[in-house]
Amino acid sequence: MSHIEINAEKLNIIKDICAQYDNRPSDVIHILHGVQGALGYLPMEVQEAIAKQLGIPVSRVYGIVTFYSFFTMEPKGEHPISICLGTACHVRGADQILEEFKRVLGIGVGQTTPDGKFSIDCLRCVGACGLAPVAMIGEKVYGRLTPNMVTGIIEEYN
Amino acid sequence: MENMITLTIDDRQVTVPKGTTILKAARSIGIEIPTLCHYELKGQGVENRPGSCRVCVVEVEGKSNLAASCATNVSEGMVVRTNSLRVIMARRTVVDLMLSDHPADCLICPQSGNCELQKLANDLGLRDITYSGEQSKNKVEISPAIIRDENKCIMCRRCETVCNSLQTVGALTAVNRGFGAVVSTSFRMNLEDTSCVMCGQCVQACPVGALSEVNNTRQVMSAIANPRKKVIVQTAPAVRVALGEEFGMEPGSRVTGKMVTALKKMGFDYVFDTDFAADLTIMEEGTEMLDRIARFMKGDKSVKLPIMTSCCPGWVNFFETNYPDMLDIPSTAKSPMQMFGAIAKNYWAEKMGIKREDLVVVSIMPCVAKKYECQRDEFKVDGNPDVDYSLTTRELADMVKLLGVKFEDLPDSDFDKPLGESTGAAVIFGATGGVIEAATRTAYEIFTKKELGKVEFTELRGLEGVREATVDFDGTPIHIGIAHGLGNARKLLDKVRAGEAQFHAIEIMACPGGCVGGAGQPYHHGDFSKVEKRLQAIYEEDREKPIRKSHENPYIQQLYKEFLGEPCGEKAHHLLHTHYFDKSEKKFGI
Repeated sequence: MSHIEINAEKLNIIKDICAQYDNRPSDVIHILHGVQGALGYLPMEVQEAIAKQLGIPVSRVYGIVTFYSFFTMEPKGEHPISICLGTACHVRGADQILEEFKRVLGIGVGQTTPDGKFSIDCLRCVGACGLAPVAMIGEKVYGRLTPNMVTGIIEEYN
Repeated sequence: MENMITLTIDDRQVTVPKGTTILKAARSIGIEIPTLCHYELKGQGVENRPGSCRVCVVEVEGKSNLAASCATNVSEGMVVRTNSLRVIMARRTVVDLMLSDHPADCLICPQSGNCELQKLANDLGLRDITYSGEQSKNKVEISPAIIRDENKCIMCRRCETVCNSLQTVGALTAVNRGFGAVVSTSFRMNLEDTSCVMCGQCVQACPVGALSEVNNTRQVMSAIANPRKKVIVQTAPAVRVALGEEFGMEPGSRVTGKMVTALKKMGFDYVFDTDFAADLTIMEEGTEMLDRIARFMKGDKSVKLPIMTSCCPGWVNFFETNYPDMLDIPSTAKSPMQMFGAIAKNYWAEKMGIKREDLVVVSIMPCVAKKYECQRDEFKVDGNPDVDYSLTTRELADMVKLLGVKFEDLPDSDFDKPLGESTGAAVIFGATGGVIEAATRTAYEIFTKKELGKVEFTELRGLEGVREATVDFDGTPIHIGIAHGLGNARKLLDKVRAGEAQFHAIEIMACPGGCVGGAGQPYHHGDFSKVEKRLQAIYEEDREKPIRKSHENPYIQQLYKEFLGEPCGEKAHHLLHTHYFDKSEKKFGI
């Protein structure tokens, strides 16, 4: 595997964020937060660039990225879908809602549709238990869901 | 005495310095607490104690929870029980849980018999597995030298610690979390595509079968069984001081003669010695060293110093990967193993009337990286390698066990001639500082044209990670640097790169202690005193050799007269020297 080129604009963003932390390896988690915020996700070449900037093995960066569920190596969709699997949603059938989103979009959890429009993730409790089961698309909350509502919701974004 | 702590462990009082762990306090009075994740190379500054395996739990009076003894410091008046029923039952549960997600193929596992998990399960009397459920399905990878079976990983992280702290290679890391957690590589790549240098210290550290060397014993046995093939073997210096451990002998037992007998019994046509080629290496590397030093002293700007040794394949991989800007500094001399192969297949085979394709050269090495080295393209002629197979000391032991003989009772035999004759200078190649001492013995006499009074250069010996010494070449001071363990090598190299250190010559060995602590040696399970005993045995072997300077080996002299011509001459250059490649671009994340 050889080096994957990363464009100059992205590289500058990475360098700037690392510089904010004086390229300190001990701040790698903050740096990963910042870079994911700026670029949306942390693919291999981005992790390599960060490791090089901080002078640490890329294995260390990768270990951290895979440990924390917040970090992602997959680009998120234009409309990221988050299905709540908290206790209230769970007892009111969140798993069926999740299955229906997966079926309609043809992707799994943590994946993005080939057109880049949607991605599915799960989370625990958005604090809207009264509306369970709940899903969020971007910042918008959908409550009291039933599986037959899913297709219609997705169509709002198409 | 305010820095001393007195506590009671299993009804015995012990006083230890403040900051000592319960585990070490117990060990200091001979109480063994079982551990899995704890791994320490004493004196080498490496300790893995993530406190994660929970096997070493003990009961501390007044505490409601059991404490991990490797991660709990002693305190005044503490009362510890290491073997109460509660402790034993907890340990059983811990190991039971580990086994619930561990492949149960012990019978054919490469680690069987050496596995610390297997031993623990046995010691704890586990006869059934209580918990059943999903099993991890992770990557299994076969690289040129190392096999990684992530399904067997128990997340002790010993490999990760040696790869990162001891070797500063940074190829291995813990990835994912929870049930998916495993030690792997960046982006789950194959080792060859990472910064891995195949040193194999991870294999030496792994308590289970998650990391093992590629096993070549079957190919070697097939070659021996093939009547069309002549099969010859060469043995590295460090093997003869460690092989006995596999048969219950004391660490540091010298078993050279028994080893030769065993190899002959196995059916090798000739049993030769890598030490012969080590003497040859000194002729080439020593000549190159003197030439570079002489030209440098005359002000030749095209010459760079220090010259660095190039015998160690893990080290060669390391500088090709991490110091591509310094590829012109190491000696171009091939390693003794590869020199042996080149001489055997080009000179000896012709002399004996054996066709190259009918000759199989096997090496027995204390090393895992040698398996990679012998597969390098530059060491092949039309696809035929100079060294066909490289076995570790452990693999040799496995083959000896097939013979059904009592190894310790075998009589001694001598190596065959001419490629089995060697000097004391060659045998010390197996110890850190040994290559440069051997080179110094020869270089001194050539440089000063005087005979050495004392051949032992004790200032070059020892187990300090980085050592510096100045040897007086009859009025000319020669500055020498030595490092063992790649983390120490990096320290030394960074100084050289920054221009902060001036050396004429540097010796580097990738493994702690040198080849005696090699990854292919019998497992020491973190008991570094075994490596120290092997090191002492190497120097004993040297003292007993009638000839102790490489250039005085009569068979080496004959080889130059009959075939090679001058050291570093045209023929020698063609057969005995190599070149290095920038590997940093081919690998990810360097």
